[in-house]
Amino acid sequence: MNWTLILPELVLAMAGLVILAVGVLPKRDTDFATGMAVLGALLLAGVLVVAQPEGEAFLGQYVSNAFTKFMKILVLAGGALGLVLAMDWNRKEGLARFEFAILILFSTVGMMIMVSANDLIALYLGLELLSLSLYVIAAFNRDSARSAEAGLKYFVLGALASGLLLYGSSLVYGFSGSTNFDGIADAIAGSEGAPFGLVIGLVFVLAALAFKISAVPFHMWTPDVYEGAPTPVTAFFATAPKVAAIALLTRVVAGPFAELAVEWQQVLLIASLCSMVLGSLAAIGQRNIKRLMAYSSIGHVGYALIGLAVGSEMGIRGLLLYMAIYLFTNVGAFAVLVAMRRDGRALEGVDDLAGLGRTDPAMALAMTVFMLSMAGIPPLAGFFGKLYVFLAAVQGGYWTLAVVGVLSSAVSAYYYLRVIKVMYFDSGEALDPRPPSLSVVLAGTGLFTVFFFLFPTPFLAAAQAAVAALVG
Amino acid sequence: MIAALAFYVFAAILIASAVMVVTSRNPVHSVLFLILAFFNASALFLMAGAEFLAMILVIVYVGAVAVLFLFIVMMLDIDFTQLRQGFQRYAPVGGVIGAILFLELLFVYGSWQFAPDAATLRMNVVPVEPGVSNTEALGRLVYTDYVFLFQVAGLILLVAMIGAIVLTLRDKSVDSKRQDIATQVARAEAVVLTKVPAGAGLATMGITRRKLPEAPKPKAVAHDDPGHSGGGHH
Repeated sequence: MNWTLILPELVLAMAGLVILAVGVLPKRDTDFATGMAVLGALLLAGVLVVAQPEGEAFLGQYVSNAFTKFMKILVLAGGALGLVLAMDWNRKEGLARFEFAILILFSTVGMMIMVSANDLIALYLGLELLSLSLYVIAAFNRDSARSAEAGLKYFVLGALASGLLLYGSSLVYGFSGSTNFDGIADAIAGSEGAPFGLVIGLVFVLAALAFKISAVPFHMWTPDVYEGAPTPVTAFFATAPKVAAIALLTRVVAGPFAELAVEWQQVLLIASLCSMVLGSLAAIGQRNIKRLMAYSSIGHVGYALIGLAVGSEMGIRGLLLYMAIYLFTNVGAFAVLVAMRRDGRALEGVDDLAGLGRTDPAMALAMTVFMLSMAGIPPLAGFFGKLYVFLAAVQGGYWTLAVVGVLSSAVSAYYYLRVIKVMYFDSGEALDPRPPSLSVVLAGTGLFTVFFFLFPTPFLAAAQAAVAALVG
Repeated sequence: MIAALAFYVFAAILIASAVMVVTSRNPVHSVLFLILAFFNASALFLMAGAEFLAMILVIVYVGAVAVLFLFIVMMLDIDFTQLRQGFQRYAPVGGVIGAILFLELLFVYGSWQFAPDAATLRMNVVPVEPGVSNTEALGRLVYTDYVFLFQVAGLILLVAMIGAIVLTLRDKSVDSKRQDIATQVARAEAVVLTKVPAGAGLATMGITRRKLPEAPKPKAVAHDDPGHSGGGHH
């Protein structure tokens, strides 16, 4: 039962080892073959996740249910899309080394372990497997000082966050006598009132996880790392790891610490409010589109955290939907950023998009869709994401969150609309033709964003089932 | 009685050397005090009956990590006075954060409740069969109950290794001096066959080797240059 239950992770990790061994052998670079093999492995893992039975394995260290399945599908999709965005870019930048795909694969394994972790040790190991891969691919362009700086900065701050997580975990373990989530929940239920040490431990764990999802006030690293890392790596950072970390945060607060809701709700409330406000205000002055997207992602984490801060089933459902929509919209927007290249040189300025409306109408249209969706304009997917979390906030009586959310949403519309204005009303030269892989990603994510309102039911049902598994 | 005395001696030396790690001016002394701290911590582990942890601490931390520290401190040209420059400016902030953490620790300790029979419970947390050593008991646990986590930890180390190679290995570097055995063996000009005519003596042939057309100069060149790979000449 143990080994069959963890089949998706097992198969993915074994595939990674095999691809690594095979990739080393030939003298020439095997980046394309390796990338394709990793994509195949991710797809296979996706199928296995769908077919995965529910239950617990390894004395409750690992859990599989509707919630973990929902999140793992998202994570696998994010990993695969991130790899597709990166392959052509890496070739053009002279970074085509086969280890990139392997690192993406192992980070995906880490994310899946995080999502399924039902034990503080499993949580930490999954997070570390993810983070270590991310540090390396942030510095993947090792000859660029900015990329190396991004990797080093992320590594040093990430190590600090890991230290906080371990310190918090040790306090939690000391006061509850168990590292297992169920054991912690039992210990909390058994004690009258919240033990003080446990609350401090919880706050440390929350701080470390807030660092990973770059929620204010633990967001300082985000703009620098997003700007310095190669663009497809930034795309990957902004999508899959964030979804996985949000999933982990949700599992931690809604699982073992559900009884301490009063304690963590205020922490998440403040993080959510600050993230929304900072994300909308700080992005206004940005000229570099990667920095702009970094602040935008901080804002989006703020909106998503509303769902968690209200602490209701409806809120968590909204959060899950928000993350799913955020993932696909963001991948689409970053596909445009990856395609920004003129005379073989990658561009990063917002002004470099000028004239795109005339030189490449299809891509300009796609970018418009993504920007409007992120701003939350009605028929697009992003609107529904925000709608569900705001509804949950209103129903829970958290008026401050809803009002600040709507206001900062309106402010953030300014810089999203500015990108559209630059594309259609400024004049500029044409970009290099984009590779077919990016066109496919753009079309897929664009269609999802536009036509989400026609078929929200399956997503809602899946999110509802996930929440039921999590809370029930 | 002796055990208690030994505990306090080791603990006192541990704390004192930890303080010295932070305060000593010479970074090499800091690392040496760190090694002393590790040794004392390992002694404490031994006294607690965790001989495996004690040995691992010495092997891993003293044997590898601390020696590595020592190497780095000695080999890198780090200006430690420059590193300390901001000390005055940042000391208040750091002090406040440290004080908050210390207060939290105090609060945590204050809310900690000791079970009345904690002292006896501590002695037999896990009932170990007689004849099973500490190491064996740990091994049984790690390879059965915690095998999943153990394997994930292995993956993390693998990723660390891949990362180190990806970020630092440069294959086709001009400066790398590698031994190319094939070239070395096939080298033609190392051995010179001289045909000595019958009756020719030292006067005509000379005692020394004939001069080679041009001697290879030792310099950093591409590793496929046969002139460079003469084993042991440079």
